[in-house]
Amino acid sequence: MHVDPEIIRLLAFLIGVIAFAALNAAYLVWLERKEAAHIQRRIGPKEVGPFGLLQPLVDGIKLMTKQLIVPAGVDPVLFKIAPILVMVPAIMSFVTIPFSDTLVARNLDIGLLAIFAFASVNVLGLLLGAWGSRNKYAVISAARVVSQNVAYEIPMLITVVTLVMISGTMNLSKIVGLQMGGFWNWNILNLSASPLMPIAFLIFFVCMLAETNRAPFDMAEAESELVAGTFTEYSGMGFGVFFMGEYANIVIGASVATILFLGGWDCPFGLFPGVHWFLLKMYFLIFTVIWIRWTYPRTTFYGLLNLSWKILIPISFVNLILTSAMLKVF
Amino acid sequence: MNCAAIKQKLSAIGAAAVNETEYGRKGFALDVQVAPEQLVAAVSVLDAEGFFIEAVTGVDWLGEQAALRKEAEAKVAAEAKAKAEAAAAAGEEAPVAEPVAEQGELPEDALEAVYDFNHYESLCRVTIRTRVPRSKPEVPTISQIYPGADWHERETHDFFGIKFVGHPYLVPLLLPEDADYHPLLKDFRP
Amino acid sequence: MSAFAESEAKETFVLNLGPQHPATHGVLRVKLTMDGEYIAEAEPVLGYIHRMHEKMGENRTWAQFLPNTGRMDYLHALAYNHGYVSVVERAAGIEVPERAEYLRVITAELNRVSSHLLWFGAFILDLGGFSPLLYAFDDREHILDLLESVTGSRLTYCYFRFGGVYNDIDDNFVPGTRAFIKRLRERMPMYHNLVTKNIILMKRLQEVGPISAEMCRKYGATGPVCRGSGINFDVRKHEPYSVYPEFDFDVPVYDQCDSMARYMVRMDEIEQSLRIIEQALDKLPEGPVMAEKVPKILKPAKGDYYHAVETARGSFGVRVVSDGTNTPYRLKLRSPTFSNLSLFGEASQGMLLPDALALMGSLDLVIPEIDR
Repeated sequence: MHVDPEIIRLLAFLIGVIAFAALNAAYLVWLERKEAAHIQRRIGPKEVGPFGLLQPLVDGIKLMTKQLIVPAGVDPVLFKIAPILVMVPAIMSFVTIPFSDTLVARNLDIGLLAIFAFASVNVLGLLLGAWGSRNKYAVISAARVVSQNVAYEIPMLITVVTLVMISGTMNLSKIVGLQMGGFWNWNILNLSASPLMPIAFLIFFVCMLAETNRAPFDMAEAESELVAGTFTEYSGMGFGVFFMGEYANIVIGASVATILFLGGWDCPFGLFPGVHWFLLKMYFLIFTVIWIRWTYPRTTFYGLLNLSWKILIPISFVNLILTSAMLKVF
Repeated sequence: MNCAAIKQKLSAIGAAAVNETEYGRKGFALDVQVAPEQLVAAVSVLDAEGFFIEAVTGVDWLGEQAALRKEAEAKVAAEAKAKAEAAAAAGEEAPVAEPVAEQGELPEDALEAVYDFNHYESLCRVTIRTRVPRSKPEVPTISQIYPGADWHERETHDFFGIKFVGHPYLVPLLLPEDADYHPLLKDFRP
Repeated sequence: MSAFAESEAKETFVLNLGPQHPATHGVLRVKLTMDGEYIAEAEPVLGYIHRMHEKMGENRTWAQFLPNTGRMDYLHALAYNHGYVSVVERAAGIEVPERAEYLRVITAELNRVSSHLLWFGAFILDLGGFSPLLYAFDDREHILDLLESVTGSRLTYCYFRFGGVYNDIDDNFVPGTRAFIKRLRERMPMYHNLVTKNIILMKRLQEVGPISAEMCRKYGATGPVCRGSGINFDVRKHEPYSVYPEFDFDVPVYDQCDSMARYMVRMDEIEQSLRIIEQALDKLPEGPVMAEKVPKILKPAKGDYYHAVETARGSFGVRVVSDGTNTPYRLKLRSPTFSNLSLFGEASQGMLLPDALALMGSLDLVIPEIDR
């Protein structure tokens, strides 16, 4: 019997991508708890397995065995569809991410566009979940999340457009390919294209924090103000899926930052490029994201919008204009 | 600003009694007794002098009148006894004990509203008291002068049932919203 | 703020903040009428942990009420102890030995530091910063250990007695306390570097939640709330009690009137408390810790008496009315947070929800003390 190897490849990647997303979500929770514990001079999970490594498994079982309460008065369709709307696009985004020059499920020419298209569905899921659960805290949180995402998508996309101008392609593999050969070739240090490139990376990173609703921009959850924000009415695995979606989005964000600015799978010294370098850079970024969360207090909502509209957007525009001018001149 | 000046001003509005107390023994400097009608005027004087409100509370004087009469009767009896003994000692015939005069009905016991004021700069705690009959405990509110009195008056209404006339929102504060009892009254039985 | 003032509030909704809400630290409920995220009206609803301590006081002897005092402001229980024993001592004319007064001041000030540390952690937690809480609890734990060795309990202390304290300190207390003072002095710069100078924190607290001095006066606000509004009022200086006049300490006053000012007042007060403790340890006299002639059955003279003390949250006053029997005729407890919270409704008008919660956190609420 002849089976098209492409189908086997796709199946393998499908399983691989879902497993990668799920395992990441589970073990990022572990990482977050361990890291938070050490920042706070505690030990963190240690009972289940060595270093508490089996804790995510136990947590998962706990979440799955819990009753999924659908409160009276909610819109059942929206309420149930919302977690899926957050989780599925995040997994879909993994399809186009090149972990190394060969390890990519589908190398699309518009890979970058596809990721941002999928990422914008995330906010829709949060909005529908909040609206569907008919909780005032959730609705306030949804209003915040939507305007926050609108505000931060602009500087993020402007920064990305700058990079696309430099690279001349939206194919993620090719973007990385252009940065090969050592850290001085990476976009973050591509000062000949624009002297503002390190700042552009910073803007991208801040926007990524805001887009994934991470502290100090965690307006969606903001537990000391809005109880649990969008997730207030969710229980059991409904909440769990939201949670996994959030972590999957962080992985996506860190991956895109790695690809666009940090040279993807390239070794900083030009030796042995490969998937390990990609993962190392990505997890370093995720580590930083978690580090920030346990260090800073939460900003206020208007402070967050001010930051975007008054600081990040002007700077990213300056960067865009500067880059186009330099591309034209040189 | 000193306590003597405040004392004069409070006396000027016609407070029933303005007593200077010994701070070290009592913990407050001026003890002012006013009629309910003069309360707002007295509090206005303190407000103009820059006092801040510390607390409003009540005291239930149930049984006070009976106790006072009993005390008075005991005093009369003691006097009569002393007289009789003195007479006996002198070898005279004991005078016929005068029958205790019938004293009519007891006057009604009072509920007392107590207001504490203090000053941020100088040490002068002023206690204003006003007494109202237990059957009709109505005191004018001072929440228009001191918005902070709002909660204190609501609390006092909870505990004693003193009605603060003119209070904008006299609903239970600490007790359940449907509470119709006043636990600090001395005849309160749960 | 101006956006709210200009637009007419047409569509509002009611948001129930509490009684089970992470920011209300207990069972406070605030009924908020919201215009979007702006607060049109805020009405605190109290009484969820009301236990009628005042009635309890009328039904037990003077001494039997003592344990109740530690259960109102459970974070600064020793100051409540202090207020109550002081008023009864004033009523009954009991003289307290000097060593006992020193021990009272030392333990009460340690307790004040622990209360401020807990507030510090919980306040930053309100603002979304998680880690300082654990650091503050780490320091607080040392105080609890010290106090446990003296008082026998870790939270709801009942250490003071009429005429003194019930137990003398052990040998480890003085060196332990000195070590703790040294430790905390080393840690305070860290707190300031990590938290106070944080740009997000400064943006969230500066010029947020203004409470004017006049508002403090009208609502009877005391403690750090009024000292953050430029009013130099501290009961320890204003009507000195115990042996406080013998110590050299400052009253931190900030006149910015915002949440940051109240934050700074408390942070500075930690240092001042440490100064008091240090001096008290230096001067600690020898002698008995309990007055000798305290009657077993206390019957203070008729009349009413007032005594105020400075707790971590402000001026706590006790008014007792004695009818000359062995139980109080009337016992009024004037709790500082009750007055401090009463201005929340006016102060929070037109504020954004997160700012209002920062304001509420800066008031340092302890709900059992409000509800009594």
